[in-house]
Amino acid sequence: MKIKIEKLNAWFGKNQALKNVSLAIPVNTVLAVIGPSGCGKSTLVRCLNRMHETIGSAKWEGKIVLDEESIADFDPVTLRRRVGMIFQRPNPFPTMSILENVTAGLRLNGMRNKKELESIAEISLKKAALWEEVKEKLHQPGVSLSGGQQQRLCIARALAVDPEVLLMDEPCSSLDPISTTHIEELIHELREHYTIVIVTHNMQQAARVSDDTAFLYMGDLVEHGATKKLFTNPKEKRTEEYITGRFG
Amino acid sequence: MRADFIFEKTTKVFAFLSVAIVSLMGFLLLMESWPSIQQSGFLFLIKKVWDPVIHDYGALPFVYGTLVSSGLALIMAIPLSLGVAIFLSELAPYYLRRPIAFLVELLAAIPSVIYGLWGLFYLVPLLREKVEPFFIDRFGFLPFFEGPPYGIGMLPAAILLAIMIIPIISSISRDVMQAVPQHQREAALALGATRWETTRVAVLRYGKSGIFGAIFLGLGRALGETMAVTMVIGNRPDISLSLFAPSHTMASVIANEFAEASSDLYLSALAEIGLVLFLVTFLVNMIARLLVMKTAKPFAAV
Ligand SMILES: Nc1ncnc2c1ncn2[C@@H]1O[C@H](COP(=O)(O)OP(=O)(O)OP(=O)(O)O)[C@@H](O)[C@H]1O
Ligand SMILES: [Mg+2]
Repeated sequence: MKIKIEKLNAWFGKNQALKNVSLAIPVNTVLAVIGPSGCGKSTLVRCLNRMHETIGSAKWEGKIVLDEESIADFDPVTLRRRVGMIFQRPNPFPTMSILENVTAGLRLNGMRNKKELESIAEISLKKAALWEEVKEKLHQPGVSLSGGQQQRLCIARALAVDPEVLLMDEPCSSLDPISTTHIEELIHELREHYTIVIVTHNMQQAARVSDDTAFLYMGDLVEHGATKKLFTNPKEKRTEEYITGRFG
Repeated sequence: MRADFIFEKTTKVFAFLSVAIVSLMGFLLLMESWPSIQQSGFLFLIKKVWDPVIHDYGALPFVYGTLVSSGLALIMAIPLSLGVAIFLSELAPYYLRRPIAFLVELLAAIPSVIYGLWGLFYLVPLLREKVEPFFIDRFGFLPFFEGPPYGIGMLPAAILLAIMIIPIISSISRDVMQAVPQHQREAALALGATRWETTRVAVLRYGKSGIFGAIFLGLGRALGETMAVTMVIGNRPDISLSLFAPSHTMASVIANEFAEASSDLYLSALAEIGLVLFLVTFLVNMIARLLVMKTAKPFAAV
């Protein structure tokens, strides 16, 4: 198991966003997290790289284990280099060029060698299926790209620091269908080398890209299992109602 | 409809009126200073002698005093203000942010004569008895620390100015930093940036022009500040490298000498100093506003 979550509880002030969530994510698989708005999907993934606790009132309890090591014992900075994150809205750094954006994490790590930076940037952009579109204009601002390209730029930026886990919080929700297809294809390729957790509102997307699915409802993990099974033969009534669109 | 029409017209009149008043002030200053401008032209700004007795008017000592006191004030105020702003916007525990920001902004509301009094009663004696003798003893060979420890002079003026512009610079740069979207910080954090790196990469870089704007607003205030400076600067139209020497600024000479200006040319020379100060502060504030405005809608896709 790449990640094990045991009895995870998370709060914003007094409001409990996750209640006793336990699940495990095998290495190099894709876990889709689904559920109605406000059910705690973002909170769950943000706990995995300890981004949750950067919000003033937020706290969490329980155990999250990455490769046999509790993430509470990590320095968050080290943890976040191993657990990369893609956000709902593409968020390239507006003051940086495409190249600078991709290498931002490496430069933070202290890498200065220009050749090395450029070659890693190229590899990362290729992995993110963006290289062909930007190789002629690496020095233009990252924000000059289209939304879908910006999102792939952010994926390249996350990949450049060589993480093992990728957290994606609704990575396609601000994108058009073609860009969405691009990103989904990308997830198919990335799953060979990375463990991926993707939050999505789109059932078809969850069914298309994931191995396992977790269904959250009001902070509870209602059901978790192989995607095929969960979508064709859910155990819980609430899961069935949700995936058939009867609420949510 | 009709009410809207009247509303639009009246606001338009007021908007126009404020522009008209500023232009009128500039124009009147120009009129007043005309005799002096005719007398010495551009030389006025670079002439070192200011001697009303022999009707010799050169503004350089005041230009120098204004630039140096404001420059020194900026040197002291920038790091402190940015530190305060970063603390308030990025680091302080949430329950402390509002009260501290409130206190800092309160500093801006203190009338400048109070700063002047504090300077006279506390700062000047401290400098005269402790600080200046210390520096003169050890570093007196440097031109910056020359001369007797008067207490009054360039140094207390610059310190007061610094204290007075810290609230402006820090509160506006804090606003600028707060305007940086949270997703920028999270982008940096997610890459494994430390808090300081996040501030540097995501916040300061994003808000750079707004922060420069804040600094320029502080500069604008420092250039024109009159009362507190007049009280502690010593009011002597000399140009000295020494921080301890009495000096004069454009604002302080006008405040000091206007009442006793006995001849038309004397008055006109003071008015010309006013005109220059007016133009410079106008320009500085304009640049500041433009810079702050730029961060309000900074990075529309190119
Ligand atoms: N920054 C925050 N401060 C306070 N409460 C928050 C914050 N973010 C989320 N919450 C609360 O935590 C709960 C879970 O939110 P979360 O963002 O995890 O939901 P979500 O499943 O990702 O929803 P969505 O599908 O709308 O993104 C909600 O009740 C929400 O109101
Ligand atoms: Mg969410």
